[in-house]
Amino acid sequence: MRPIRPRLGLNFLLRDYFYPFRRYIQARRVIRAAKVRIMNIEETPLPGIGVRRELRLATGRRVGVVTHRDGHTELILSRVDDPDACAASIPLTADEAAGLGQLLGSAQLIAQLSAEQENVSGISTHQIMIRKGSSFAGRTLGDTQMRTRTGASIVALLRDGDVVGSPRPDEVLHVGDLVVIVGTDEGLAEAALILQSRP
Amino acid sequence: MQETTLSLIQLGIVFFGLGFLGRLAGRIGLSPVPLYLLGGLAFGDGGLVNLGGIDGFAHIASEIGVILLLLMLGLEYTAKELVTGLRQSWMAGLVDLVLNMLPGVAVALILGWGPVGALVMAGVTYSSSSGIIAKVLGDLGRLGNRETPVVLAILVIEDLAMAAYLPILTAVLAGVSFLGGLTAVGISLAVITLVLLGALRYGHMVSNVLDSPDRESFLLKLLGAALLVAGMASALQVSAAVGAFLLGIAISGGTAENATRVLEPLRDLFAAMFFVLFGLNTDPREIPPVLGVALLLALVTSITKLVTGWWAARQQGIGVPGRARAGAALIARGEFSIVIAGLAVASGAVPAELAALATTYVLIMAISGPVAARYVEPVVRLFQGKKPEPVF
Repeated sequence: MRPIRPRLGLNFLLRDYFYPFRRYIQARRVIRAAKVRIMNIEETPLPGIGVRRELRLATGRRVGVVTHRDGHTELILSRVDDPDACAASIPLTADEAAGLGQLLGSAQLIAQLSAEQENVSGISTHQIMIRKGSSFAGRTLGDTQMRTRTGASIVALLRDGDVVGSPRPDEVLHVGDLVVIVGTDEGLAEAALILQSRP
Repeated sequence: MQETTLSLIQLGIVFFGLGFLGRLAGRIGLSPVPLYLLGGLAFGDGGLVNLGGIDGFAHIASEIGVILLLLMLGLEYTAKELVTGLRQSWMAGLVDLVLNMLPGVAVALILGWGPVGALVMAGVTYSSSSGIIAKVLGDLGRLGNRETPVVLAILVIEDLAMAAYLPILTAVLAGVSFLGGLTAVGISLAVITLVLLGALRYGHMVSNVLDSPDRESFLLKLLGAALLVAGMASALQVSAAVGAFLLGIAISGGTAENATRVLEPLRDLFAAMFFVLFGLNTDPREIPPVLGVALLLALVTSITKLVTGWWAARQQGIGVPGRARAGAALIARGEFSIVIAGLAVASGAVPAELAALATTYVLIMAISGPVAARYVEPVVRLFQGKKPEPVF
């Protein structure tokens, strides 16, 4: 492991501390917004059956979900030739519906985070997988001392399709977690080395 | 043989037979109601086998069946859904009422059954079967369609209309004076309004009284409350069924869902008994003379429902295929036509032919309704001369 060398000068301070910190704050905002954002969802009560919630896509098609009173859901997609009717209505169990939602939701979050970083030179987002045998599998985030050692910030964890936004230092890393890190290229390279190091 | 023994054996035969009929209905994708009616016809007077030993039980069981049917109907909708439904679709509801009651009235007057018969037949041809329709919409994967809320809104209004219609019917069948009838209707309308407003605000209190973590005591409390309310409503000349319906509306939220789950098997049992008894009391020999009238009535009221759905869907800006689907979905008649005819026949204020006509009519409509809902789409496409396009 490289020793932490002292850094001096405004440039260093800005590049290694201020920009990453500002990115970190912005990334947290994006994550929070992604969690609470309500798209333009049209909600129609179906008396005696449940509720239909749907989105109108840019192409004009409707895609949505019918939630029955007993909790099971159906994924619906409108037909091209007859927009009033459905081309498909696919029954989903509660688990399947949640899985599909996370799949779509987290993909969007990553894309959004990367897009936010693009306009600041020298700062980028990187995802690092905690692999089997990593010395940090099963240890807390605080144990990595990521910010102190590399200047890069961990802004989110993706676990089983779920997003843990702004994870706390006592969050335990598991094998298979995807760690989303914001920092300089140099910092990210160091971070990758740390997270992939073997005991 | 002892009387009890005979009753047990006969009941066993009836339930066993109904079980097989229900299974058969499920296999061919039909509502079991028409098959239960056929079962009742086969067992009744002038039918294949004569079952005299179960009359006492069948009578009270069928009364409970009607109460449970209406209670579950009330449970299905929340007060909020009823009020918004009424506010948004009262026009469609009115078109539905006028178009579909008129054919029934006309037939009854032509056959010389008088104003009472006209009122009964109006109800028989008016009420679509929400049970059959909800199932057909689900089976055909149409819950996501844009015309489906239109169809459901019409069903909601029909059920609300039942709450006003049944007390009127009860009063007229009891032969009370015009003033007495008005009082009954006044009482019931006031009670309905109170219950709707009360359920919007205090529904959780009714639910709290009835709710219980223990399934057994929950079931007993529910059934007890339903029979008590129905009995009291009946004593006030307001129709037992409406009392149960209003109780169902007042029960809300999670309690309503649990109640549906707990009561469903009981409803199936007692409602089956009700349909069988109706069939039992209908003489199959009276059916051939009314068959022609029933077929004509079926044709006319299919068209009127089609027009109703078409019109209502068009108001919501839905395209031609969607309008046709909405209309065809509404065609099915079922349990409530029989409930109405059953009330009338039991009171003895209408001729026995009415039972035969109602049975035949419901047999035709319960079978043709789902078929029409399924095949209306290809027919419309044929008329439009469009080739089927890729759906994705």
